[in-house]
Amino acid sequence: MANDPNVFEYAPAPESRSIVDIKPSYGLFIDGEFVDGHGSAFKSINPATEETLAEIAEADDADVDKAVKAARKAFRTWSRMPGKERSKYLYRIARIIQERSRELAVLESIDNGKPIKESRDVDVPVVAAHFFYYAGWADKLEYAGLGPNPQPLGVAAQVIPWNFPLLMLAWKVAPALACGNTVVLKPAETTPLTALLFAEICQQADLPPGVVNIVTGAGATGQAVVSHPDVDKVAFTGSTDVGKAIARAIAGTDKKATLELGGKAANIVFDDAALDQAVEGIVSGIFFNQGHVCCAGSRLLLQESVADEVMAKLKRRMGTLRVGDPLDKNTDIGAINSAEQLARIRALAEIGEDEGAERWSPPCELPSAGFWFPPTVFTGVSQAHRIARDEIFGPVLSVLTFRTPSEAVEKANNTPYGLSAGVWTEKGSRILHMADQLRAGVVWANTFNKFDPASPFGGYKESGYGREGGRQGLSAYLKADTKAGA
Amino acid sequence: MARIDVRKTYKLYIGGAFPRSESGHSYEVQDSKGKFVANAALASRKDVRDAVVAARKAFGGWSGRTAFNRGQILYRIAEVMEDRKPQFVQAIQQSEGGTAAAAGRQVDEAIDRLVWYAGWADKIAQVVGNANPVAGPFFNHSAPEPSGVIGVLAPQSSSLLGLVSVVAPVIVSGNTAVVVTSYSRPLPAVTFAEVLATSDVPGGVVNLLTGDAASLGPWLAAHMDVNAIDLVGLAGDTDATTALEVAAADNLKRVRRAPAAEPDWHDAPTLSTMTDFLETKTVWHPIGV
Repeated sequence: MANDPNVFEYAPAPESRSIVDIKPSYGLFIDGEFVDGHGSAFKSINPATEETLAEIAEADDADVDKAVKAARKAFRTWSRMPGKERSKYLYRIARIIQERSRELAVLESIDNGKPIKESRDVDVPVVAAHFFYYAGWADKLEYAGLGPNPQPLGVAAQVIPWNFPLLMLAWKVAPALACGNTVVLKPAETTPLTALLFAEICQQADLPPGVVNIVTGAGATGQAVVSHPDVDKVAFTGSTDVGKAIARAIAGTDKKATLELGGKAANIVFDDAALDQAVEGIVSGIFFNQGHVCCAGSRLLLQESVADEVMAKLKRRMGTLRVGDPLDKNTDIGAINSAEQLARIRALAEIGEDEGAERWSPPCELPSAGFWFPPTVFTGVSQAHRIARDEIFGPVLSVLTFRTPSEAVEKANNTPYGLSAGVWTEKGSRILHMADQLRAGVVWANTFNKFDPASPFGGYKESGYGREGGRQGLSAYLKADTKAGA
Repeated sequence: MARIDVRKTYKLYIGGAFPRSESGHSYEVQDSKGKFVANAALASRKDVRDAVVAARKAFGGWSGRTAFNRGQILYRIAEVMEDRKPQFVQAIQQSEGGTAAAAGRQVDEAIDRLVWYAGWADKIAQVVGNANPVAGPFFNHSAPEPSGVIGVLAPQSSSLLGLVSVVAPVIVSGNTAVVVTSYSRPLPAVTFAEVLATSDVPGGVVNLLTGDAASLGPWLAAHMDVNAIDLVGLAGDTDATTALEVAAADNLKRVRRAPAAEPDWHDAPTLSTMTDFLETKTVWHPIGV
C-alpha cells in the first residue's frame, strides 16, 4: 500500500513505553512474596525487536510444591471467608487493573507483540470486566445452578497460553477465586510479564498470601503444576496435544478439568450477506491478534456465487492493514510471538503452496528485526489440505467455497475441532438454522471474535471441555454440596 | 403331556434391529441360583463399531427432534414398560433373585424415573441455558446441546433400574447411546430393548450390547467417533477405569467417572446425569436497525 497514490501514509504514532518499569529479573510469586526460583532462569524477549526484556525465574518441582502448599494453606481461610468479603477483594483487583490499565496494555504489547490498540481496547478492559463480573458472583453462588451451598474444589492448577496472557489469567483466576478456590498459575514462558505485574496488583489489593501463586517456567513447570497430587482442579488453555496429555495425566484421579484447546473455525459467507460487513468480520476473524487466536475464523467458506466479489473486496481490505510496531497506535497486525511460532506458520504456509493452493499477500514491508508474517490468504484450498485442517495460529486464511447451506454445514463441521464458527447472511431463519447445525461452542452471526465475561466460551469435540465465562464458567470451580445433591 | 414352551433367543439391539453377535459368540446366562437360563449374544469389537455407526447415523435425526417430541417418546417408553411389568418383574427376579415385591418396586422406580426424565426434555435448556447480558449491542444466548454419541457401561448389579438410570439422561437431551449391559444380568436389558423397539424410539438412538464391559469398554473408550463415556459399569475397578479414561483422552471424550462402588439407584438422580453429556453453545448477533 506504500505505493498506492490514493492512500495517505500515516506518521508514526507510538505509545510511550515510559509508563512501564520492567525489572532486570523476576522471581516466583509464592505465598504473597516474590522468591527465587530453583530452576534455570530464562529470558523473556520483545518479539518485535528481539531485545531481552527481563530474566525470569524457572520454578522446579520443589518450587511448585511450595506454591501448592501455600495455596492449600490459604484455601482454609479463603474458602471459609464469607463470599461478600471475597467479592470485595475481587472488586479491588478489578479497580486496580482499571487504574493501571495503560501500564498493563503497554507491557502486554511489549512482551506479546500484539498491537497496542488491541491490548488497550480489548485485552485489558475485558480483563477488568472479568474480575468485576466474577466479583459479583462470590456472594451469590447458591444461584449458580448447583443447588444450595455449593463448595469450592480446592487448589486450582492453571496453565495459560501466550496469545492473550493477561486475559487468560483473568479467565482462570477470577472465577476460581470467586468460588473460594486458591490458585497456582503458570503463565506462558514467552509472556510472563503481565502475570508478574498482576502479582504486584494482588499485593496492592492486600489479597491474603497464598490465594494466588504464580510460578514461571516452560512445559516442565506446567507439567509439575497439573500433575501435583494435592491439586483438585486443572484448568488449561493451549494446544489440543497438550490438552490430551493433561487428560491422560489426570486419569484415575479425582481432579476436575477444563480444557480450552485448539480450533479451525469456519467463517461462512452466504450470497445474501452484507458483504462489506462480512469482509470486516473476515479480517477481524483471522487477523485479530496476528491470528494467534484459538477461535480464529481460519477457514473462510464462501458461497460460490459471491466468491470472486468477496475475494476482491478482501484483498483490497488486506492491502490497508498496517503491519509493524506493536506500540504504534495505528498498527493492525503486530509481531508474531516467538521465533518458534513464526517457524511453524512459515512451514504450514509452505505446505499450503506445495499442496497446490494459491498464496497471496498484499505488498507490505516487514521490519528487519523481530518476528513478522504478512497477512496471507490461500485460495483453491480443498478440505484435504493441511492448511484447511491444521490450526496454523497465525495470520493465514484458507478459503474454500460451497453451493448450498447443507454443503456449508458439512464442510464447517468436517474437523475434529469445534470451538467457534461464523455465519454471514441477512436471512434470520438461515442464521438460526446454521447456528443450530454448527457443532461449535460459540457461533458468531454477522459478527466475529467478540468476548465478554458474561458469555460462556469453550469448545465441542477436540476443542476441549468445560466453559469459561458466564454462569457456566462457575460450575468449573464448584461442586454441589454432597448433602444436598444437584 | 405338558406343552413345551417356546424359548426366546436373546440378541443384541443395534440400529433398531436384533442381530446376533457378528462374532457368532454367545455366553451362558444363569439365574441368581446358578441355573442355566439362556445363551445371550456375546458382543464383539465389531458389534461395538457397528453400534457406534448406527448411533452416529441416528444422532442428527434424534437431536433434531423437538424437545417436546423426545419427551413424548420417553414417556411412551414408560407406558410400554408399565404394560409389560410382569415380564420385567420376572426377568429381574430371575437375574437378581429376591422377592417379587422387591422386583416390582424396582420396575416401578424404573418406570417413574423414565417419566421424570421425560419431563426434562423441554426444561433442561431453560434450567441450564440463559441469556447473557454482554457489554455491547448484541443478542447473546447460551443453550445446551447434546454431546453426540455416548458410550455407556451400564451397572453390573441393578439390571433394570440401574440401566434406565444411565440411559434415560443420555438420550433425553438428544444424544444417542451405545450401551454395554450388565454381563451377568443382561436379560432385563434385552426385554428393555424390545420395549424401545416398540416405543417410537428411532432405531440407533439406543443400542444395547450384551457382553463384558471389561473387554468391550476399551474399544468404546478408544473409538474416535464416540463423544463421551459413562464408566459406571466398571465401578470399583480403578485400574480398568483409569485405562479407559486414558484411552478416552485420544479424542477428548467427556468422561463420567465411575464411583468407588455401584451407586444406590434408589437415590434421587442429580442434574449432572444429564449435564455431563451436554455442551453449551453460545450464539451472538448484533442488535441494530
